[in-house]
Amino acid sequence: MKIARRMIIKSSLALLALASLPRLLMAAAWPQKSFSSSAASEALTALLGTDVTTPSDKIELKVPEIAENGAVVPVTIRTSLENVESISVVVKNNPRPMAATFEIPPGTLPRIATRIKMGETSDVMAVIKTGNGIYSASSEVKVTIGGCGG
Amino acid sequence: MTPTIKLSAKLDGNVADIKSLMFHPMETGSRIDPDTGNTIPAHHITQLIFTNNGKTVMVANFSTAVSKNPFFGFSFEGASAGDILKASWVDNLGETDEIETRLA
Repeated sequence: MKIARRMIIKSSLALLALASLPRLLMAAAWPQKSFSSSAASEALTALLGTDVTTPSDKIELKVPEIAENGAVVPVTIRTSLENVESISVVVKNNPRPMAATFEIPPGTLPRIATRIKMGETSDVMAVIKTGNGIYSASSEVKVTIGGCGG
Repeated sequence: MTPTIKLSAKLDGNVADIKSLMFHPMETGSRIDPDTGNTIPAHHITQLIFTNNGKTVMVANFSTAVSKNPFFGFSFEGASAGDILKASWVDNLGETDEIETRLA
């Protein structure tokens, strides 16, 4: 009896200690599986739990029609969708389609601008996860010189 | 380490427009060194985090497909002059850098 009680108290104390650990990680873990997927559908499922997105005209995806240099392709994404949680950039024909993904905390505007590498002509898709669904918009970028190196 | 982050922060009312430029090779791990014939190992920023007065305002997750010397711009609300904006990155080799600026 005595031993059992001691064990119960010990384990509850241990649990309490764990619960009061400060939150060391301020961000979700780096989505390794999604970034190493070689197919867009796999990459999306690994990141968002599904590869099904609803096309939305509330997403403004700005990419060049023709990229002279596939190593530096500017991408700007904005949206008027509400309750945006994340914005992701998927390059369908890249060896690993998930190029980048951005976590949007409340109070941060749902827009990003960056530059990506494209290996060849491809659709570039903006995938936006909101509180009420996952939306997307796509645009083709023609690439003359591929930018993945090698 | 020589600073590897350049930050520009413009305050418009209570919206802060942030532009950042990082100096980083962003090696994909597939490139072959023309001199040695060896593959250059992957070396790229994995995560770039921005906080404003300690509150996280953006987390950017980068794959190797983000361009060398990454550029990244975004905006957030609830900003005021005097706020401390901090940008910090970590890469796949565990290297890190960070920079702070005061919003004005």
